[in-house]
Order: sequence, then structure tokens, then C-alpha cells
Amino acid sequence: MFWRTVCGRAYPRVIGSQREKSWIFFEILLPLLQVTAYVFIYRAIEAPPEFLGFVVLGGAMSAYWLNVLWSMASQLYWEKETGNLELYIVAPTSRMAILLGMALGGMFQTTLRAAAIVTIGSLLFRVPMTVTNVPVLLGVFLTTLVALYGLGMMLSSLFLLFGREAWHFSNLLQEPVSLVSGFYFPVRALGQVIAAAASALPITLGLDAMRQLLFPSMMESLRFLSAEVELGILTGSAVVFLLLAHRALAHFEKLARREGRLTVRGQ
Amino acid sequence: MMPSDRRFHETLRSFRVAAWLGWQIESNWADPFVFAIYSLVKPLAGALILVFMYAVIAKGGVNSPLFPAVFVGNAMFIYVPAVLAGISWTIIDDREHYGMLKYVYTAPVSVFAYLVGRGVAKAAVATVAVVVTLLLGTLALSVPIRLAGIDWLLIVGALVSGCVMLSLFGILLGGVTLVTARHNYGVGEAVAGGLYLLCGVVFPLDTLPSWLEVVGRGLPITYWIEAVRRALLGAGTPAFDGLSNGALLGVVVGSTVILAGLAVGTFRLAERRARARGLLDMQTMY
Repeated sequence: MFWRTVCGRAYPRVIGSQREKSWIFFEILLPLLQVTAYVFIYRAIEAPPEFLGFVVLGGAMSAYWLNVLWSMASQLYWEKETGNLELYIVAPTSRMAILLGMALGGMFQTTLRAAAIVTIGSLLFRVPMTVTNVPVLLGVFLTTLVALYGLGMMLSSLFLLFGREAWHFSNLLQEPVSLVSGFYFPVRALGQVIAAAASALPITLGLDAMRQLLFPSMMESLRFLSAEVELGILTGSAVVFLLLAHRALAHFEKLARREGRLTVRGQ
Repeated sequence: MMPSDRRFHETLRSFRVAAWLGWQIESNWADPFVFAIYSLVKPLAGALILVFMYAVIAKGGVNSPLFPAVFVGNAMFIYVPAVLAGISWTIIDDREHYGMLKYVYTAPVSVFAYLVGRGVAKAAVATVAVVVTLLLGTLALSVPIRLAGIDWLLIVGALVSGCVMLSLFGILLGGVTLVTARHNYGVGEAVAGGLYLLCGVVFPLDTLPSWLEVVGRGLPITYWIEAVRRALLGAGTPAFDGLSNGALLGVVVGSTVILAGLAVGTFRLAERRARARGLLDMQTMY
């Protein structure tokens, strides 16, 4: 039942979302517009070409962050608004399986978009990437995704209690996270203290490590921590976020049931 | 036919009530302190991304000669998604979320005044964000805005015509939103994102490839932002050196007049289509 639920919840994201071609277009176009604007800023101030790569990679990873915010964290709020949440609750299955299905489907869905952004961005702006260590790069990327979607699952449980503020909260977490996670510049520029605090978000360390592995010479003087250390921290974060998501789901579901918030709409 | 003074009062009443409703929807989900933080954090973070991009690379960091024009352009652009996407978003919000659009149409209200009124709350929040961002620039980043040096006539003219222009863009998009399903969420953001890129908001327009620069020069928002830069900083970007302040403002006002016909015409056409196809109470569940 657990894995059937996972597959069932992932299905609309893996298959269903590919059916609406205009969504694919918008989901690739919107981050690309932002990426292109930031690329032209770096061109205007005559930055080395590697910085264009920083922006392209940041734009691709921002697709994952937006997916976590809008399709993970806020998802149970949308389900509440459309009347699906009570069906989830009465269904004889694990709510963790539903969250996991959402996460796996979201990862797949976003990976197609992110790959398109990296490919189009790299070709369009002639980004000079040098992959130094493919296995470590893949390890960092996958661990970042697991930790990031673990965080998304945890936020999703927290948002069970939210009404309209869920929408505003997700909206609020876009630009500030782009800033503190260094989506468009190396996070070290923010200083050690802010970069350390921002490391609580897996995407901060994931981006820094991937940049080190793709642009090694440029990142020598701009890296925050070494890629190996960042991979270690990301692995720890992934485990912690998944455990916290499990605990948070049980706790917040109980609280939402007690306070009668599971079925309140238009709040 | 309704007498013109009665129509005027109805328009005014629709605008006033819509503005109040918009403000409630925008702000009453949180206490005023949380709402104030929410309203400021996003635009300030956007501005700081630029600051750090300059600080990491540009020779002289934020003291680079390009920075003030870029900073002011970015600050003023806060209005664009707020007003433009805000007005078109009202259609989605009222139709899909609250299910109220059909009641708006059955009530004795002016739909244009209602839509613009709903945009006013977002414009008010955006105004606070713009002012705070400009204050940050002036006080902490040496952006040279001096009260005595501001061209008040130009700034008032640019702000008034700019707000009207953005509202009309919003109504145009609102018309598109009325007759579309499932694409709604992308339309406003895509248009705002495209304008951010094409209007030379955060880099000189001549940085764009020549064919994109031509497109940028065809958009009135480009001239509006340039006019505001000149009004606040005393100088704009070299791309518009050949145009006087009056010519810049003339382009903004002229294109606003053209846009008015286009926006109202498109909205009316979309409205007729939406009524005929029963789209006013469409629920796409997206």
C-alpha cells in the first residue's frame, strides 16, 4: 500500500503535468528570463564567463526551490482549498507515502525543467563548464535534492495549519532565499556568518559544492567550504529533514484535527 | 443610458469599495507588523541580490558608475509586477479562488474601476517598498538621490502616467486571463519577467543583442524607467542621451493613450467571449 500510494501521488507529476505543454513552456521560460537578465548584468559589468555559469546553475536550482515551495510546502494547503485533503486523511494509507510521492514526482518534473534551463542557458551564453569529478557531482546533486525535498516535506506538514498565509509565506521565501543561498553569486560574498546560517537550507551548500565541481579554478578563491565537507553536511541534513518531516507530519496533523483546520476553506 | 454624473459616482464607488476590498485581502491575513515585514523583505532582498552581484565583480563595487541607474531601475520595477500582474490576478482570484467574479458582473459596478481599485492595494504596498528600497540605496549604498536635486515635475508626471500605463497593461492582461484556463499563473509573471529583461531595468539597454534592444526601445516601460532615473538622479543611461526629458515623458504619455484604446478594446472583446462561452464562473481547480 505504501509504495502504491507513492506511485499514485507521483503519477500526476510525472505523467499528468507533461500533458499541459504550455506549463512546460512557462516553467522553463520564467526562470530563463530571470537567468538571462542576471547574465546581462554580469556582461554589463564585464564579469568572467564563469559567473554566467554561476547564474545558469543558480537559475536551474531555483526551479527546484520554487517546486519545493509551491508544490511541496503549499501543496496540502491547495489540497485543502480544493477539497482533496479530507480524502487523503480518510484514505487507508500512510500520509508519509503521499508526501514522498509528491516529492519524487516533483523531483522528476523539475529535473526536466532544470535540465532544459542548464542546456539552453549554457549553449546560449557559452558557459565554460569543466566537470572535474562526475561521481561526486552526481552525489552532491542527488543529496541536495533529497535534503531539499525532505525540507519540503517538513514544511508541507507545517503548512497544514496555515490558511491564506501559506501562499504569502511561500511567496516570501522566494527572493530572500535567492539572496542568502547565493543563487546568482557565490554565497561567500555574504560573509562567513550569514553563509553559515544560510547553510541550514540544503540548496546553499549544494550550489556552492556544484559550482566548485563545475568551475574549479574560479571557485578556488570564492568557495565557502570544501565540496567534501559540504557533501557531508548535506548528507546529515537529508537524514535530519526526513526524520523531522515524519515527526512534524504526525504532530501537525494531530494539531490540525484538534483545532478543526483540516477542512476550513477560503480562510 | 445612464446619466454621466450617475455613471461617474458609480465608477467612483466601485473604485473605492474595490480598493478597500483589495486592501483587506492583501493585508488581513497577518497582524500589521508581520504584514509590514512581509511587504518589505521581498523587494529589499531583490535589491540586495543586485548589490552583491556588483560587490563581487564590478570594479569599485556599488561605487561603479552604472550602479545608481541600475538600483533605481530595479526599485521602480517593483511597481510593474505589483500593478500589472496584480490587476490581472484579480480575475483569477475572484473567479477561481473566491468564486465571486460572476457576482461582480451581476452587481451595479464598473468592472474597470473595480479592477483598478483592486490593484490600488498592491500599488500602495509597492509604493512603500519602492520608498524603503530607495532610502536603503541613498543612506547605505551612496546612490546619489538628493531631495534638492530631484526634478519634481518630471517625477510626478512620470509616476502618474506610469501608474495609468501599468493599470492599462493590467487590464489588457486581465482580458487575456478572462478567456484562458490553466495558463493564468504564468501569463502575468512571464510578461513581468520579459519586461524586466527587455526594458533595461538592471543593465544598460545596449548590453542586449541589437534585435532585443530594438524590442526594448519599443516598450513604453523602458522610457518610463529612464524618466524616473533622470528625475531622481539627474542623469539616466547613455542609451537615451538623444532624448530630452520632455520627449521621454511624451513617449510615456503618448503610448499610454494608445494603450488605453488597446486595453479597453481587448478587455471588452474578451468579456464578450467569456460571457458567450460561460467562462465567468469557470473553475479549473489549478
